[in-house]
Amino acid sequence: MTPPDPIKPGSLFDLSLRVHDLACHRSGRAVFQGLGLDLAPSQALLVTGPNGSGKSSLLRMVGGLINPANGTIRMNDPELIVAEQSHLIGHLEGIKLALTLGENVAYWIGLLGHVPPNAAAKRVQTALSAVDLHHLTDRPARFLSAGQKRRLGLARLIAAPRAIWLLDEPTLGLDQASIGRLEAMMAAHRAQGGIVIATSHQPIELPGAFSLRLSPKMSGVTP
Amino acid sequence: MSALVCVFRRDLLLAIRQGGGPSLGLGFFLIAGTLAAIGLGPEPNLLARAAPGMIWVLALLACLLSLDRMFQADFEDGSLDLLPSASTALPALVLAKILAHWLTTGLPLILGTPVLALLFNLPDDALIMELVSLTIGTPALSLIGGIGAALTVGIRRGGLLLSLLILPLYVPILIFGVGAVEASASGMDPFPHLALLGAASLVSLVLAPLASAAALRLHLS
Repeated sequence: MTPPDPIKPGSLFDLSLRVHDLACHRSGRAVFQGLGLDLAPSQALLVTGPNGSGKSSLLRMVGGLINPANGTIRMNDPELIVAEQSHLIGHLEGIKLALTLGENVAYWIGLLGHVPPNAAAKRVQTALSAVDLHHLTDRPARFLSAGQKRRLGLARLIAAPRAIWLLDEPTLGLDQASIGRLEAMMAAHRAQGGIVIATSHQPIELPGAFSLRLSPKMSGVTP
Repeated sequence: MSALVCVFRRDLLLAIRQGGGPSLGLGFFLIAGTLAAIGLGPEPNLLARAAPGMIWVLALLACLLSLDRMFQADFEDGSLDLLPSASTALPALVLAKILAHWLTTGLPLILGTPVLALLFNLPDDALIMELVSLTIGTPALSLIGGIGAALTVGIRRGGLLLSLLILPLYVPILIFGVGAVEASASGMDPFPHLALLGAASLVSLVLAPLASAAALRLHLS
């Protein structure tokens, strides 16, 4: 298991992520502690572990939603805030059912991306094509099936380019073709120097990824 | 800047598409006002005397109706998680949401007030003062209400708790809002009341987004 070339020439992202001595407490209970990670550009990490071992909490912590009980999460550029360089795809898609698919994606671009207004419309199409929903651009999102909603949620990754993808069970509810598309998206992202941290109970193709197994009351990492 | 416009536009669009927002609050305001006018009886002087306070109380309650959805809907579908990861500061994004709430709740109430003034036999000059005091005061209702909405986000049946938290904070707004109308009706200078009302709006304009953002962060973690 050898990680791919850290940095490739002409890569879009050149950020690495360093997590040091991280501890997570949920409602007073220690979930994990002493966790360290070091991810260079293009590297990926697959987090596994039983329910309640803190996989989602770890991703939410890196994504800046939970404050660590202890430890630091930094990038190689101290000016940058990790939360503003990362996408967190959680269990909820963050879709507004009353808006059309195109309006949902345009909102994410406006909120999370730095895309000039004249390029936004094209970006919406690119993002929806990446998840094979471009033919439904003008449909309200409430007509989507559960799997299609998951896919629309994943379109956010393409809509606003960010270096770090935090994917919490991204394959949940996806059909085989969509999982293939997601794997291709992750591969393309890493080829551009992006970092992927994913949790999954299902096998997911993430070539050369480090693996981290969280177990209740664990400490330490096995790369 | 564009993120703020984006959040503001989306909330307006949602309020219009989903209904509930502007029409619900205004509908409640007008129907409850009609009931109050009927309940007080056909005594023109009594109605005109009660009108300024009654309209203000109804405006508070109508505003409260839609407050609990301000962040709750975003919390339930997961879009609230996205706000802290935007590169725009969270209090600014929260302010954009509160502003959208005022436009879809406070503003319709102001526009509906002349109808109630007719029912309550409110004289024209008192109506004008009522409109001025509502215009200055209702932004504070949305701003202070935003704190309550952020504090109760994620709580089951948080609406009732929200009312208990927020209504006491609305007392000064009510006092100065009604005070301005009463003062002008009795020939006194309404300006001190309006100034204090404006001060309440401005103070909450500064503090409410910060407090709401802090409360939201607490709930997201």
